[in-house]
Amino acid sequence: MNVIEMRGIVKRFGVVIANAGIDFDLAEGEAHALLGENGAGKSTLMKILYGLYTPDAGEIRVRGRTVHFSSPAGALAQGIGLVSQHFSLVPTFTVAENIALGYTSGVRFDERAAAVAVSATAARFQLDIDPATQVRHLSVGEQQRVEILKALHRECRVLILDEPTAVLTPQETESLFAAIRRLVEQGLSVVFISHKLDEVLAVSDRVTVLRDGRIVSETPTRETSQASLARLMVGRERDTTPYVTFGVSRSDGAVAGPPLLRLEDVHALDDRRLPALRGLTLTVGAGEIVGVAGVAGNGQRELSQVLSGLRHPSRGRVVVGDDSVEITRATPAEVTAHGVGRIPEDRLAAVVADLTVAENLALEHLGEFMHRGRLDREKMRRRAEALIAEYGIKASPDDRARTLSGGNLQKLILARVLSRNPRVVIAAEPTRGLDVGATEYVRGKLLEARDRGAAVLMISEDLDEVLALSDRIAVIYEGRLSGVLSASEADPEGLGLMMAGRSQNPQISQMDTHGSNDLRPSAPSADFPVGRD
Amino acid sequence: MLRLKLEASAAPAWQRGLIPILAVVVTFALTAALVVLARANPLEAFYYFLIEPFTARSTAIEILVKTTPLLLTGVAVAFAFAAGYYNIGAEGQLYAGAIAAAWLGPQVSGVPAIVAVPLMLIVGFAAGALWALPPAWLKARLNVDEVVTTLLLNSVIVFFASALLNGPWRDPISGWPQSPEIAASAHLPVLLARSRLHLGALVGVAAAIAFGWVLRRTAFGLRMRAVGLGREAARFMGVNVARTTLIAALVSGGIAGLAGVSEVAGIHYHLIESISPGYGYSGIVVATLGGLNAVGVGLAALFIGLILTGALEVSRALGVPSYLGDVVQATLLLVTLALLLLSRYRLRRV
Repeated sequence: MNVIEMRGIVKRFGVVIANAGIDFDLAEGEAHALLGENGAGKSTLMKILYGLYTPDAGEIRVRGRTVHFSSPAGALAQGIGLVSQHFSLVPTFTVAENIALGYTSGVRFDERAAAVAVSATAARFQLDIDPATQVRHLSVGEQQRVEILKALHRECRVLILDEPTAVLTPQETESLFAAIRRLVEQGLSVVFISHKLDEVLAVSDRVTVLRDGRIVSETPTRETSQASLARLMVGRERDTTPYVTFGVSRSDGAVAGPPLLRLEDVHALDDRRLPALRGLTLTVGAGEIVGVAGVAGNGQRELSQVLSGLRHPSRGRVVVGDDSVEITRATPAEVTAHGVGRIPEDRLAAVVADLTVAENLALEHLGEFMHRGRLDREKMRRRAEALIAEYGIKASPDDRARTLSGGNLQKLILARVLSRNPRVVIAAEPTRGLDVGATEYVRGKLLEARDRGAAVLMISEDLDEVLALSDRIAVIYEGRLSGVLSASEADPEGLGLMMAGRSQNPQISQMDTHGSNDLRPSAPSADFPVGRD
Repeated sequence: MLRLKLEASAAPAWQRGLIPILAVVVTFALTAALVVLARANPLEAFYYFLIEPFTARSTAIEILVKTTPLLLTGVAVAFAFAAGYYNIGAEGQLYAGAIAAAWLGPQVSGVPAIVAVPLMLIVGFAAGALWALPPAWLKARLNVDEVVTTLLLNSVIVFFASALLNGPWRDPISGWPQSPEIAASAHLPVLLARSRLHLGALVGVAAAIAFGWVLRRTAFGLRMRAVGLGREAARFMGVNVARTTLIAALVSGGIAGLAGVSEVAGIHYHLIESISPGYGYSGIVVATLGGLNAVGVGLAALFIGLILTGALEVSRALGVPSYLGDVVQATLLLVTLALLLLSRYRLRRV
């Protein structure tokens, strides 16, 4: 029997359609995984169910009765609870106090009675937690357990877990999965939002895949596989070669020159000090684009930060140029000085929004705008005007960067990066959130840089983009490359497998480990000395 | 039903320019209630506050005398704030400069003024910068919140000054807690005959001009603003955030130290316990009201100088407590901050 039935749910944010008519069912005693890339609409759908958003159209039925939630209070009253990635716990309160908070009535608070009641609930669902401990002494995994217990204590029968494993260690993840299984055995229903395929397969009974606000698949978990889920998540059907994107086409057959960017066994920790890159080895040659594909959260962010000088590897080396300059522990200024141009995934992290366009264009190289100890603002202005004209940025030099649209902001960053003729370009999600015209422009510029002889490393979650632009494709999985293959060999099927962590062609990734750069079967073998020094 | 939605949307530039004026109007409307409570006519009170000081030469000059330390602390605070470093310690840095001036002042008798006066300013600047160093270093190295450290260090140095004045520096003849008088050659020269207006005022103007010039015309100023407006993005673009923050904090402390020299060597000629009635804290009001730019800070310092002078006039004429001046200042800060915040949003009907 279905506890929840959502029908024709539509939700728009401005011009963006987050949910475009979604039907979603949740059965009693079921763990239902909601899978999709960032921005596919998973969280929006569940926030609608929890009463945080009101849908623009569609109907929600709880046990067959139509409901309208204007706030989470309504959802909670119907037994629907949500545990988000951001906990709402008071660190100096005990577990019992946190759970009782907002749930007790009257004036008096009986600490002991609350602790007993919380213990009873914890025992009923076999969640191991001491109600008398202060929350600040708990690990992240335990805090999450408190959040779950909070929902259960309010008699929730439907539990929505929004990317619950994003903050957990592998051990904590295991214990969360065990807890989910126990809840489901007791007849509760769990919605598990994730973009990690192995977790979805491990914990769910049924999996629904969302893409661009629509449901693309809904199957029992045992009838599916990592590869097919990966393909459903990211892939549109592949049409005939060569790849063409909006009129920008890749000129096939370009032979890569000497390696200009080498990563050797790079390890790095993420913000939580957990391993994010775990031995990544990759070479990018002059005049080639290497696309890094992968499901979000497999180390892409840390990789781009390492190459930008924002995060230092815990092990391994990063080397640029034919003169092999090491930038492993370089600052952002040094990285730039060594000819590395950086386009980060978050555009607003690359420009100071309240400085002007001219200032943002000049800031990386202020030395060039000095005139007798003073800043030559006129020169900055002329330089900005030239770049605005050359890159077609719709702005004037004195506009604050904040006032630019996403596309113009990305052009500003491109202008800053490419006007320096960098020998290495790091482009992370270069077209995320851009319209068709701007996307075409950015891709064209990356190809231009490649044709000029730069080594371009493009990190993108958009598989179409990777297929369209790359000469070689590297697939990242859990901080390592599960394979590197030439674009002509790549097909969504194989990439899907590799994105799920299976090394599709061990021989090729082996070759890359040994520093050989040219992997295209048809191309002549590399005749330059490479390898570790 | 009328439904309103709050959305982020910056006010146009011409409206932002009106914020200080609107803030003054709102502040006087709010403080009028207090004047009424003190059994005085608000309009009359505001006449004494804002107009009366201009009617006599002595009080008009006194506005400038009061403006001098405010301009220096205002520029000091604005310099740090522009770099995103919230220096609440200008008061303590002022005391550091004042202690240094009181220490050096008596020792330069016989040295010509042309040497002694610059030396006083340099030593005062250095002392202010030195007192600003520990919190700045903690911020740059360990990201310790400077608001807490700079604020708490204020009490430390105020009590240290008090200990000096009640111990080694106590006047042996009168027994008053005041340091030995500084040498005549260390006095900041008086600018206008028969007044207390001294060279410190010009130092303040020079500091404001230098502040504006550094901010707009130098690479360091641009880096500083980048750090202040977007720390992470500045780091991405290769700005050495820690070094920029550290330098901005030290310069800020140094300028506040100059305010201390200015009071000791320009007004009192020795250190006393109440050398500053809170000029360091008023500097925060001046910097905020002045919108962190040189001209604005200059005007704001003049305005607060007028309020401080006017508060005495009101109190003399109408028997209203002179604390009203402090209330006006504090209200002005809160109203300005509220208006700055509100100007970033607008209400829209949905």
